[in-house]
Amino acid sequence: MKFPQLFLALSLLAFSFSGCKKDADAEPQVGKLALEMDHVVGSSTLVMNATTPNYTTPSGDHFSVSTLRYYISNIRLRKEDGSEYAQPESYYLVDAARTESKVLTLENVPAGDYTGITFTIGVDAARNTAGAQQGALAPSDMFWSWNTGYIFLKLEGRSPEAGSGAFTYHVGGFEGVNNAIRTVSPAFPTGSKLLIRADHAPEMHLKVDVMKILTGPTEVRFATFSTAHMPGAAAVKIADNYAAGMFRVDHIHAN
Amino acid sequence: MTTQRTPRVLLAVGLAALLVAGCQSEVEVAPETIPGSVLPANFPAPVYGLDQNPPTKAGFELGRTLFYDPRLSRDGTISCGSCHQQFVAFAHAGHTLSHGIDGLLGTRNAPALQNLRWQRTFLWDGGSNHLETMPVAPLTDAHEMDETMENVVRKLNADASYPQRFAVVFGSKPIDSYQLLRALAQFTASLTSANSRYDHYVRHESGGTLTPVELRGLAVLTQKCTPCHSTDLFTDNSYRNNGLDRTFAADSGRARITQLATDRGKFKVPSLRNVFRTAPYMHDGRFQTLEQVLDHYDHGVQPSPTLDSQLQTDGTIGIPLSAQEKTDLLAFLQTLTDEQFLTDKRLSEKP
Repeated sequence: MKFPQLFLALSLLAFSFSGCKKDADAEPQVGKLALEMDHVVGSSTLVMNATTPNYTTPSGDHFSVSTLRYYISNIRLRKEDGSEYAQPESYYLVDAARTESKVLTLENVPAGDYTGITFTIGVDAARNTAGAQQGALAPSDMFWSWNTGYIFLKLEGRSPEAGSGAFTYHVGGFEGVNNAIRTVSPAFPTGSKLLIRADHAPEMHLKVDVMKILTGPTEVRFATFSTAHMPGAAAVKIADNYAAGMFRVDHIHAN
Repeated sequence: MTTQRTPRVLLAVGLAALLVAGCQSEVEVAPETIPGSVLPANFPAPVYGLDQNPPTKAGFELGRTLFYDPRLSRDGTISCGSCHQQFVAFAHAGHTLSHGIDGLLGTRNAPALQNLRWQRTFLWDGGSNHLETMPVAPLTDAHEMDETMENVVRKLNADASYPQRFAVVFGSKPIDSYQLLRALAQFTASLTSANSRYDHYVRHESGGTLTPVELRGLAVLTQKCTPCHSTDLFTDNSYRNNGLDRTFAADSGRARITQLATDRGKFKVPSLRNVFRTAPYMHDGRFQTLEQVLDHYDHGVQPSPTLDSQLQTDGTIGIPLSAQEKTDLLAFLQTLTDEQFLTDKRLSEKP
């Protein structure tokens, strides 16, 4: 008779320690961070679906943008001493046509003074091979079914210089020479720090420059390079372009 | 000693019970009620282990309903089962290429669906890398079911019975593509063919007797058809150019995925299980009979830069097969027919 009672008491005690809630005292101090994506083309704000080409590349090609979508994943924040906070389940799908998707909210970031950020443009290899996923990673038109894997970035639009009048860049691929996963660490503005505290939620504004998708290591000319639609050399060229400066930390609001 | 140990044992059991009760919404069912939930002793370790998506009766049956539901296609005319019929090991009887929505033809022969748990990649070119995401290909392909994942999920949520059935399995609403794919995977993972006469023979079970001609066929297979058709899965799941053509303009096979010239003309090595039922053969269904297949290996193999090295030994190409060896091989291959799998009511559209 004694044992069942003891068992019950011990079990409940154990459960209360290992259960879902921890004591408030034991919780580390955490705060919230918002990353805002401000889309631009060079020095202009991105205006989509213009009826006549509203942008010009440095080479003189004219274009308008109808679709811009991309994954941001594996966000890591770095303190001055080099220690890092890696956000778990860190996957976001940004759609330039959807306002709410342009603010990436990071919850439960340990309080601290951060001086650097690193993230992946696209989706890591592990999640490309891990089966059914949820949330931002649920299979959508950012997922190739015939060659399984996520499309990391889509840029579509029109250009009179393109043979068909349109361009389509779907960048993906996570294996071997076709690996288009790119990880970037855009620098903070000189002297800027990101102060995460329990009682305030800073906002980091990133300028996301569409022109950098078309310039950089490869100068894209629509007449000869108007599509990328599978893992391969074309996708890698576009990825190398956008990894070289598409994302820039513009400013940080302390809030 | 006993008095000191008992509470600890009780505690451990109690905690385990709490964990199970707290985190699992599923009720344990006897494993034999779900096909494929006991792994065959003569198979290697599965790629998609039972622990990755533990089968339940409700989950398996939901997956089966989905597999046979034509509403998963754009116009409600094509189900997974349309092109994957149980009586031919879930291949498409009599079709070199399958017709999908609006009568459109695909570009390749619908492969048999069996022992998928043991496959690391899917499709003739390996373009799909996971059992769970595999259905996205036929569901969204314009020549097959031509639907979007978003729309399929919308239709399921609007249905009279699906929301309740999904809630029983997944415990949360609404139905999303994750739940759809996980439920389908419970069915497709269950498609285990391991009860042929050969299996009984190799596992020393009753009814497992092979005749002398069948045993000679097995010896020919072991000598001439491995390593490609290796292990008791009868495939090494690799990609190989088996010499069907000299050039590959119509279908570059594995190279479509890897973009490597060295992969041109390579296709996935299919299993030989139930091979007597899965005609026509090859990625484009070009051979109607197994005799034609054996003739191809004997004297039809075409040279090309990526031709498999197994098919060009000692300066000759192909696999020389005497008339006797062909007869023996065909006799053995019949022992790989698994009537239990092909007629198992639990896998049928109307169980």
